Amino acid sequence: MEYFVANNIHKEYGTTKALDDVSISVREGSIFGLLGPNGAGKTTLIRIINQITAPDKGEVFLGGHRMKESDVSKIGYLPEERGLYKKMKIGEQALYLAQLKGLSRRDALKSLKYWFEKFEIVSWWDKKVEELSKGMQQKVQFIATVVHNPSLLIFDEPFSGFDPINANLIKQEILELKDKGATIIFSTHNMGTVEDLCDHIALINKSRKILDGPVYEVKEQYKSNIFEVSYRGDYNKIQSMLDSSFVILEHKENSRENTIRVQQNESGESNELLRILTGTSDIVSFREVIPSMNDVFIKAVEMYNGTKK
Amino acid sequence: MNKTLIILKREYLTRVAKKSFIVTTLLVPIFMIGLMVVPAWLASRDDKQERTIAVYDESTLFMGQLDQEGYTKYQFIDQNTYGTLKESLASNSEFYALLYIPANIYTNSQAQLSSPKQVPFELAEEIERKLSQIIETDKRQKVIESAGVPDLESQLAATRTKVSVNTLKVTETGEERKSSSMVAFITSYGMGFIIYFFVFMYGSLVMRSVMEEKKNRIVEVIISSVKPFQLMAGKILGTALVGLTQVAIWIILIVAGLTITKTMLSPESAQEMGKSIMESQAQMGPMQPNMSEAQNQIAEVIEMIGNLNIPLIIFGFIFYFLGGYLLYSSLMGAVGAAVDNDEDSQQLVFPVTFPLILSIILLFSISRNPEGSVAFWASIIPFTSPICMLARIPYGVPAWELLLSMSLLIVTLIGVIWVAAKIYRTGILMYGKKVNLKELYKWLTYKG
Repeated sequence: MEYFVANNIHKEYGTTKALDDVSISVREGSIFGLLGPNGAGKTTLIRIINQITAPDKGEVFLGGHRMKESDVSKIGYLPEERGLYKKMKIGEQALYLAQLKGLSRRDALKSLKYWFEKFEIVSWWDKKVEELSKGMQQKVQFIATVVHNPSLLIFDEPFSGFDPINANLIKQEILELKDKGATIIFSTHNMGTVEDLCDHIALINKSRKILDGPVYEVKEQYKSNIFEVSYRGDYNKIQSMLDSSFVILEHKENSRENTIRVQQNESGESNELLRILTGTSDIVSFREVIPSMNDVFIKAVEMYNGTKK
Repeated sequence: MNKTLIILKREYLTRVAKKSFIVTTLLVPIFMIGLMVVPAWLASRDDKQERTIAVYDESTLFMGQLDQEGYTKYQFIDQNTYGTLKESLASNSEFYALLYIPANIYTNSQAQLSSPKQVPFELAEEIERKLSQIIETDKRQKVIESAGVPDLESQLAATRTKVSVNTLKVTETGEERKSSSMVAFITSYGMGFIIYFFVFMYGSLVMRSVMEEKKNRIVEVIISSVKPFQLMAGKILGTALVGLTQVAIWIILIVAGLTITKTMLSPESAQEMGKSIMESQAQMGPMQPNMSEAQNQIAEVIEMIGNLNIPLIIFGFIFYFLGGYLLYSSLMGAVGAAVDNDEDSQQLVFPVTFPLILSIILLFSISRNPEGSVAFWASIIPFTSPICMLARIPYGVPAWELLLSMSLLIVTLIGVIWVAAKIYRTGILMYGKKVNLKELYKWLTYKG
């Protein structure tokens, strides 16, 4: 079931288009990757979801209903540019932010106790933000994002500023929140974490959505009939066997086995390559090369910008 | 709890708990008292320096007539001594100064006092007074002699008259009330300044607080929970409460201070004072009318204060105080949101605070002519009216002018808050852009 839906969102600042007819839908309990180059319009879309700004045109739904003002208490948002009051004590600050999300003082204290204990930072309660390192502040900010137990979470570059150990801790927390049923929108430039975490992605470029779908489908869509074959045998023999419908992109030889990357033109079937090769050499492995999210991102954006020119 | 209230509470509590708040709240009254007491105390100390002044009297009119007075002595010298002394005055330790009275002083009324030091104002004045008196007495003597009227002196003395004009304020019912321009002047000036300082001080506080949130980047987290308008309203109202707390503490301190001084004075000093007054009254009868005259004057001032329209003044004060504060603090909040750093804020703050500064400049001319056209326009135009109309109220203002001024202020306030909220909402999320008035105008056209 879709938990969050945005339909045909348009947004302009003066004469600058920030979003042009963008629609996304996020399945309940999934992690949705919102990707795009800098300045593409991701932040604007996130701000519309948070009701920080309103769209010029288009509709936003949460849990099957049109989003209303009180829905902000169901959303937890960790912005990319984030900060805290420097002179305020950590505990008071977290309490303040939790109360602004609509929690009563008592519920806020209870929830904060849980999270402070979980992150082992209870002793920081009376410290001021200026006494903490950046990574420590990020933890407090993460807590402030999840303290009110939101059903929709929006993380914008959540791992920036964390060391690998804490980044992993946060990653585990995000996955745990997902298991508990939270729906998560996740924006990052780190394609590795997208492959690790996301179920579904949308790619926004120059204020338009140019790609949308489950991660595996998107990758599937961008594969280009490239096969990687490891074999024991003579490279020249293979080369002579392959006709013009195949292009050898790369070949590597070492003492135990050779590896080639072959691109087949669109019309062919993968079995055909395998059939040709089995007659010529001893095949160790054969697999189709699936592009990484990084490749998909670059290819999609370059293709779009190319056709625009 | 309402979110605006949560924000208001935080703004209030963090500010009131700050050391700087406690320090200024306690130090400002001490500083003010110091400002009034120290000069008075310094002035009350007599000038005890002994000075000898050499007098060369070319006119020979004043020989033996300049007596020692207080710590100043006069010593007459002849022409030769004058010549040498004039050259060596700087190295001479015997004389403090040299007074040269020319031969034609009778007609010219000019003398000359030279000294290597800066002559105190009082000393120069004392000498002026002495010389004038002597010449005047001499002239009068001559007139009396030539007139040939025996008791002319006392007859002339009897002609001396002093008329005092009591200002009366006629109300619409024809009733006459004693008014005092002085009392009205002080009231209007005082209130004008209080509003000016409060708006300036706490308006800047709002601005700095907005800038801090923008700089910290906490603002995006907050406005994902509350509307920017709620954040701004909570901030402005919370800061206003901080200001009111400060004023309340000052009033309590003043009242407490007065009570303490009163009780400290009353047991002994007051009795003693009373005794000495009674003694002096018994000794010299003529003192009595003077005493009752002073009492009358005090009673009169009290009556004049009572005749000011106090309920209207209090209402006007609260109305224009709130109106002025809301008007300027929302604009300054918008400025704080629009800029990235302090330097840029200076540039935008000036156009915002200019009418406020102008009001204070106009205040003096309004006090002098509260019915004039400057006073009229300044008290109708909403950006200057909080200070200027308030300054006119103690003198009495036609009801329609007051109503016009108040309704214009309310309408403008609504418009200004709308504009400020738009600028604020766009500005707090805008970084790295140099903002000018044209850019701000563009923001007003942004939707949502």
